[in-house]
Amino acid sequence: MDITKLTLSETLQALKTKQFSAVELTSAYLQKMDDNRDLNAYVLETPETALAQAKQADIRYAQGTPRALEGIPLGIKDIFCTKGIRTTSCSKIISNFIPQYESTVTAKLFNDGAVCLGKLNMDEFAMGGSNETSFFGPVVNPWQKERRLVAGGSSGGSAAAVAANLCAAATGTDTGGSIRQPAAFCGITGIKPTYGRCSRYGIMAFASSLDQAGPIAKSVEDCAILLKSMSGYDDKDSTSVNKEVPDFRTSLGQSIKGLKVGIPQEYRPQGLNEEIAAQWDKGIEILRNAGAEIVNISLPHTKYALATYYIIAPAEASSNLARYDGLRYGIRVDGTHLDDMYINSRTEGFGREVKRRIMIGTYVLSAGYYDAYYRKAQKVRRLIRDDFIKAFEKCDVILTPTAPTPAFAIGDKEVLKNPINMWLNDVFTVSVNLAGLPAMSLPVGLSHDGLPLGLQLIAPAFDEQTIFKTAAVLEKEAKFERLK
Amino acid sequence: MILQGKTGNWEIICGLEIHCQIISKSKIFSSASTEFGVDANQNVSFVDAGMPGQLPVLNEECVRQAVKTGLGLRAEINKYSEFSRKNYFYADLPQGYQITQFVHPIVGEGVVTVDLDDGTTKDIRIERMHIEQDAGKSIHDMSPSKSFIDLNRAGVGLMEIVTKPDFSAPEEAGAFLKKLRSILRYLGTCDGNMNEGSMRCDVNVSVRPEGSHELRTRCEMKNVNSVKFVMQAIESEAKRHIEVYESGGTVEQETRQFDPVSGQTKVMRKKEFAHDYRYFPEPDLPPLVLNDEYIEKIRCDLPELPDAKKERFIKTMGLTKYDAAIICENREVAEFFEKAAAGHDGKKVANWLMGDFFAMLNRKNLSVENSPVSAENLGLLVELIESNVISGKVGKEVFEIMSETGENPQKIVEEKGLKQVSDLGAIEAIIDKVIAANPDNLNAYRNGKTALKGWFVGQVLKESRGKANPQLVNKILDEKLA
Amino acid sequence: MAIDTQTVKRIAFLARLKIDDDKIEAAKDEFNKIIDWVEQLNEVDTENVRPLTAVNETKLFCRKDEVKEGNQSDKILYNAPAAEYDYFVVPKVVE
Repeated sequence: MDITKLTLSETLQALKTKQFSAVELTSAYLQKMDDNRDLNAYVLETPETALAQAKQADIRYAQGTPRALEGIPLGIKDIFCTKGIRTTSCSKIISNFIPQYESTVTAKLFNDGAVCLGKLNMDEFAMGGSNETSFFGPVVNPWQKERRLVAGGSSGGSAAAVAANLCAAATGTDTGGSIRQPAAFCGITGIKPTYGRCSRYGIMAFASSLDQAGPIAKSVEDCAILLKSMSGYDDKDSTSVNKEVPDFRTSLGQSIKGLKVGIPQEYRPQGLNEEIAAQWDKGIEILRNAGAEIVNISLPHTKYALATYYIIAPAEASSNLARYDGLRYGIRVDGTHLDDMYINSRTEGFGREVKRRIMIGTYVLSAGYYDAYYRKAQKVRRLIRDDFIKAFEKCDVILTPTAPTPAFAIGDKEVLKNPINMWLNDVFTVSVNLAGLPAMSLPVGLSHDGLPLGLQLIAPAFDEQTIFKTAAVLEKEAKFERLK
Repeated sequence: MILQGKTGNWEIICGLEIHCQIISKSKIFSSASTEFGVDANQNVSFVDAGMPGQLPVLNEECVRQAVKTGLGLRAEINKYSEFSRKNYFYADLPQGYQITQFVHPIVGEGVVTVDLDDGTTKDIRIERMHIEQDAGKSIHDMSPSKSFIDLNRAGVGLMEIVTKPDFSAPEEAGAFLKKLRSILRYLGTCDGNMNEGSMRCDVNVSVRPEGSHELRTRCEMKNVNSVKFVMQAIESEAKRHIEVYESGGTVEQETRQFDPVSGQTKVMRKKEFAHDYRYFPEPDLPPLVLNDEYIEKIRCDLPELPDAKKERFIKTMGLTKYDAAIICENREVAEFFEKAAAGHDGKKVANWLMGDFFAMLNRKNLSVENSPVSAENLGLLVELIESNVISGKVGKEVFEIMSETGENPQKIVEEKGLKQVSDLGAIEAIIDKVIAANPDNLNAYRNGKTALKGWFVGQVLKESRGKANPQLVNKILDEKLA
Repeated sequence: MAIDTQTVKRIAFLARLKIDDDKIEAAKDEFNKIIDWVEQLNEVDTENVRPLTAVNETKLFCRKDEVKEGNQSDKILYNAPAAEYDYFVVPKVVE
């Protein structure tokens, strides 16, 4: 039996019943990673750390004191600072950075007994939808890998690693869809929790008012287990919210009879990919058959979400990325004066997409343009959030597609021709970030040529339980088969 | 103040922006120490160094100190305030932005009453006050080609106080800074040391023809680091503007620097190179919301401030306006005075305090807190003089001993036998002795040379080694000489 | 409104980025394309709408005034490209 194919919850069970040891498990994953380097999912493998942690886990099991994630091998998106382990956000500008502190989310996972297999590839500073902006090169989608399709982004390494069983589960971050879209492209499950549910401490910031960490995993249940461990108030992050974290697993298996599922008409624009529309209909059917009530809802400002997002996110990013100046850490390209050094280091250290967004962000905040762009976008952001608040007066959860297309080819000329084409990928996901809501993507079927397609469930703030309850029904009935 | 130019009279319009380091144990957004003078980069947290993924967390003490200061400036406290980022690149600004307050500062409009030398007062209006983080320090003189960066100061809390352009003379600005410093020290929110940089002043100056209401271009002088220099900078900059206008030129909006050596200002940055700070709301910090209860609690705990103390000293202790202003400038002095004057004649205690006492502190280079003469003992000394136990002259002797030994004046008087002689018999005996020894002068006096009475008084006091009660001496002498 | 190359250069300098002269035209065109695209927001009536900065209307948490971090110049300077005598070192700063 290939033990790397088990879900996280199955693995926990097996470890508890001593069907294999944590060291055996970690070794199996390390072997798998070794065999699949061509996917380029990991940018740093940490076998020594992993085996040391696994040994500790075995001691805990022997002593009968295992913690919630004892011995579970995880991959960590390279945006989470890991103490003593190189963390780069897949950017050249800090390609040699070794944090002296640990992010709150990874600290929680490791304190629960998780094992760190290594750091996962991603778009540079999480800016991208295809993992092609990574300094370490693109990730190959494990589905039909000979076609060299993108794994999605920005958490492309996380999604590919989970789909190809190169880890039991992974961490991701989601600013405009960076957990959900790659999860959809790779046929696995990922949830972006409510803004404020997970601490952002130690996560390299892209857009502070939008960034959230979340799990990418093999099943809805795995997401529930991991999210429980990752969540919680942190006095080191003033935007984290002091709310009790429920045991999300208790929502699984609950009846959805009478649950009102909202279907927003704006997510079915003319020209929507027919296969995706068909999967959506399938999802609706499943929920209806399980006793849910389907309601048509309207989110009228949906069409403005992308433009709003592409003002707010770059604006915050332009400021967040100012600290990468070659002075205190990262690479430095010298110059005769301080400003030359800044310019040389930043011009050389940042990739194209990051520079593009820094430029846009700088422009929309600059004197004379702030009101026209940034402030305007903040106002539209409120309208977008209010749309959801109104919609949730009529329904309990919203069902939409996750992405407008299945995975596309690495280097796709049509996509790369115009940066906006790439951004259009985020059309179904960004609204959720702007509104700060929780949303999950889970796979429901395949396209005609065998690529996974995902659906998205959105719930009111801090009501992840309804997502888990609904997702469990969808998962059970859709009978999607993970990559074996 | 009116400046005379070649073409006519000009008036000065000046406003100040003062950065005051907040007194707190830890920094405004991190838990590193604010302590001064430690080795480079020791008091630095990961937040202060702008490390990736680090987030600011607000120090409650900095908020409390800001509210306290706002109340001390008789200002409106804004229950809703917001933090913003001010974006610019500089070596000692690790995050690439400064966390400050922009649209919604914590403190709104207020007023400070300043005491001018001519005995009048003037109200200077405060425009606003906000809180923000300080930058680190760049050291440029350690190497010809390199600058060295120390982040110990990065992230120390600052209050930036902005005045309205209410100053029309350098003296007013000087008086304001002294008053502000006094208020801050009373409150314990900033130590106000301009030469150490814990209080830093930016000066905005423009001029206009006397009596006109036009607004002309202003120039800003950054980081002027003493009260004296602020006054010099205002005057020299105003004169420069007048010269420019009178020779037909225009003043350009620019940032300038005051050079204490030449006493002149020089250009630092032209307007076209002005920063574009790209302020926007700080997404890492939700808005700061205060409630009435919190503000009222701080208001209740406020110490009595210099103006109120001054009024009270004038009303209840009989001080002159001038004395009260001097005594109240420094909280420790005022408290020392109040302790010393308890139960005694306030006016007399004030005279002693501002005379011999201050002279002694100056001579010994001491501050009032470590004075060898305690407040209680100074009060006792004044009491001994007032109740004629000793004469004023002996009082000065006793004070000299007190300032060496710190002893109780009563004890000194007892031990040294300095008590004034008020015993009629004893004084009579001395007078008789003096008269008997000087029959010629007695005759002269009796023959109309009455001016000799002073000589007799002197002789008697001398004979008593200064202890004889002068009033009694006078009275008895009058009888004996007659 | 169309953005000229001068503006692109100014923005690049503000962000401390360099755009080579032979790429400036292309950068300008792309910039204009993006800005034109985001200007679709002008269609939205936002009169009387308050800007939304923070999605969670949380109260700001304040920490106690305690010193908990420090004496760690080794960690602060660990990743420094250049450091001497416990200082970060940079090319001479000129105003």
